[in-house]
Amino acid sequence: MGNIILEMKNITKEFPGVKALDNVNLVVEEGEIHALVGENGAGKSTLMNVLSGIYPYGTYTGDIVYKGEVCKFQKIKDSEEKGIVIIHQELALVPYMSIGENMFLGNEQGSKAAIDWNKTYAEADKFLKMVGLSESSRTLIKDIGVGKQQLVEIAKALAKNAKLLILDEPTSSLNENDSRALLDLLLEFKKQGLTSIIISHKLNEVSYVADKITVIRDGSTIETLDKAVDDISEDRIIKGMVGREMTDRFPKRTDVKIGDVAMEIKDWTVYHPQYEERKVVDGVSMNVRKGEVVGIAGLMGAGRTELAMSIFGKAYGTRISGQLIINGKEVKLKNIKDAIKHKLAYVTEDRKGNGLVLTNPIKVNTTLANLSALTKNRVIDKDKEYMVAEEYRDKLKTKCPTVEQNVGNLSGGNQQKVLLAKWMFANPDILILDEPTRGIDVGAKYEIYCIINDLVAAGKSVIMISSELPEVLGMSDRIYVMNEGKMVGEMAGAEASQESIMSCILKS
Amino acid sequence: MLNKFLNGLRDNTMLIVLVVVVLFFNFTTHGTMLQPSQFNALITQNAYVYVLATGMLMCMLTGGNIDLSCGSFVCLVGVFGAKIMVTKGLPISLGIIVMLLIGIVYGCLLGFIIAYVNIPPWIATLAGFLALRGWGVALMKGASNISPLPASFCNVFTGKMNDLFGGPRINGVQYNMTSIVVGVVICLVAAFLLFNGRATKLKKGYQADSLGTVIFKTVVICAAIMLFAYKLSLAGGIPFALLWVAGIVVIYSFITSMTDFGRYFYTIGGNAEATRLSGIDTKLIMFFAYLNMAILTVVSTFLTMSRFQAANSTAGTNYEMDAISACVVGGVSAYGGSGTVFGMIIGATLIGAINLGMSLMGIDANWQKVVKGVVLLGAVVFEILNNKKKAVK
Repeated sequence: MGNIILEMKNITKEFPGVKALDNVNLVVEEGEIHALVGENGAGKSTLMNVLSGIYPYGTYTGDIVYKGEVCKFQKIKDSEEKGIVIIHQELALVPYMSIGENMFLGNEQGSKAAIDWNKTYAEADKFLKMVGLSESSRTLIKDIGVGKQQLVEIAKALAKNAKLLILDEPTSSLNENDSRALLDLLLEFKKQGLTSIIISHKLNEVSYVADKITVIRDGSTIETLDKAVDDISEDRIIKGMVGREMTDRFPKRTDVKIGDVAMEIKDWTVYHPQYEERKVVDGVSMNVRKGEVVGIAGLMGAGRTELAMSIFGKAYGTRISGQLIINGKEVKLKNIKDAIKHKLAYVTEDRKGNGLVLTNPIKVNTTLANLSALTKNRVIDKDKEYMVAEEYRDKLKTKCPTVEQNVGNLSGGNQQKVLLAKWMFANPDILILDEPTRGIDVGAKYEIYCIINDLVAAGKSVIMISSELPEVLGMSDRIYVMNEGKMVGEMAGAEASQESIMSCILKS
Repeated sequence: MLNKFLNGLRDNTMLIVLVVVVLFFNFTTHGTMLQPSQFNALITQNAYVYVLATGMLMCMLTGGNIDLSCGSFVCLVGVFGAKIMVTKGLPISLGIIVMLLIGIVYGCLLGFIIAYVNIPPWIATLAGFLALRGWGVALMKGASNISPLPASFCNVFTGKMNDLFGGPRINGVQYNMTSIVVGVVICLVAAFLLFNGRATKLKKGYQADSLGTVIFKTVVICAAIMLFAYKLSLAGGIPFALLWVAGIVVIYSFITSMTDFGRYFYTIGGNAEATRLSGIDTKLIMFFAYLNMAILTVVSTFLTMSRFQAANSTAGTNYEMDAISACVVGGVSAYGGSGTVFGMIIGATLIGAINLGMSLMGIDANWQKVVKGVVLLGAVVFEILNNKKKAVK
């Protein structure tokens, strides 16, 4: 057993009206990878913000003991000086600056009067090599992918002489390959004595990489599991997170009759809107039946979102070709309005970016895609609008004080429900759900799955795009596998496995 | 109960500030501020701001987009109008039609460049700001103004309504009965809307204000309207400028709060991409915002020209800033997505009242600018702090 590098004792942090952390205790040993898991809003990020000095000493109670010394951090700089470096979920890199400039932002190399650029880039290259990046440090951040950006963040942390690295959801925007590479890198650094704390929702990664797992629920520490002693299977961790056995992570779908083909595409090809010679979707054919959930698996960047959006009234791409057949008739959709009229809905993967109007109330968001159902001579029937919003709040069990509440103030899971409500109110027959459970907690996921089941039970068709293989396997009647713009496999849900899907991708 | 009252105060802070400012100036000017003639001046001098700020509001809602060219456009359109009506001596109706057509052409051009070519609005309109005034002044060939405009034209925009009822003359003061009658009618309509709204809500089983609150609101609103009508009655009747402003304000208030078309301006400002993916033609809405702005600018030109009875090379100077200030002080978000016509009216009136009050006190014009700058900044800072407080709650 190593030495204890960090001990957080009885940390309590209150926000006006909420106790975000309640007597949380965390013990981290030197040279281990310690995972912090819990549902959204359990308090993981708050705890790490306390540790890194974002919430300064005095705004919380309790002690932080780091290397045997009680620390009173006033700001991030204080904790970084001690070697505690946090990498946030949202990458904090400046896109139009080079890798080197980003790495030493706030920590510029050279004299007080001028930056020594040669030193900056030489140092930067050294750290890039350590994280296994072959890019020149003069490359602009915008020109490298998210996976590499995440590695740059780690190199940046190392450049700050990190002894204790905190990673908040480091793989949330990475594909499987990049995620695995990142985790292996952490294991590599562990051998060299670096201590890391990793926050993650992806439990398979946690079991893969972590030595110890601390579970936080509702602002309190529930338990700490040790890989050497305890069972750290996913089911065991989930039990700690939600406080009950989750025997079934996916609700049963009973007696749903799968009917005729509702929508079919043939030889669908889409080009990139800016780089017009680049094929993003290449000769894809697929179909979905009434009452069926069809999953589309694939790595990030496989072209799934682009496929979905191009079907949805040409919302993405140029030079779109191919046949689109809805209920046996070929249709040409000119624009999104047309697509909605043909009872199509696309529920975006990016609810904050292009799904919801965060500064507007729930009711406005709920009715936005089908406002014409509530208007007479263009005048909105506001009473009816209120009623509709209330109805969907009940139906989807959205937690909110009133439907007048701004969507921006809701949690991720509840925002996702408002987004679903918006498209359900548009009364579609075919719903394309793009990553419908991204970034929401286990409990809310289960509720979203139930909603999907209700939709197909009502005879609607659902196409579900997801990067989480267990979810695709658990929910789909049929699975398509997509890779680099092409459909590379189709299998029945009951026959598919993680292995068969991955081998489809790798052999393509 | 007290809490509810305090919330009500917070939501109407700017209105309260306006009342306090007016009372303050009334005190410092020994009652001159609220004299009927000054009251009339406040309306006619500021009519252009309300009209321009209405257009600006629609642009700002779509994401903090502004139109810097409207002041210069007032100058250019005015010159064209005056050339037709004064220099060439052609009919007034032709002048009005041509001016409106120029507005539509410019609005379409601006809307196209901004919505479909994706030029940032402030750059596209900065070009207009420079070019339009230059063109206007060049057309005047060295003259500083073209005048006099036909009286029948000016009268439509700055005249006063005849007294239809022949008001009494008491103690040497002429009372205008029409203003009083119109005031009473508006009071009745307002009261009907308030009580009817409550009744409908109750009938459909929604939460509604208590009867006491509605009565209180009605009394306050009616008192304000009647005070207004009384002052106008003493000042010689309802100015046409007020009718123009009132008409525009009522129409746009309705559009922004009650129609789907108006709703889209807000959602685009909140999240343009989400709005587009909801099947709404966001480019068309942007196009309309600027087309609308240009047309309202022409209306504003009518009001400005007829007040000066001339087309002026300096007409419209800083009007764009006046309109933006009115919106911002009135709580329209500089990032788009929120703001109301009512708020804008309060903002414009507050700035107008400060202008008038300081002029009456004889404060130097430069110091007036300093005060206005401070008020503008203060309003925005207050708005942001207030929103933060709400978010925490």
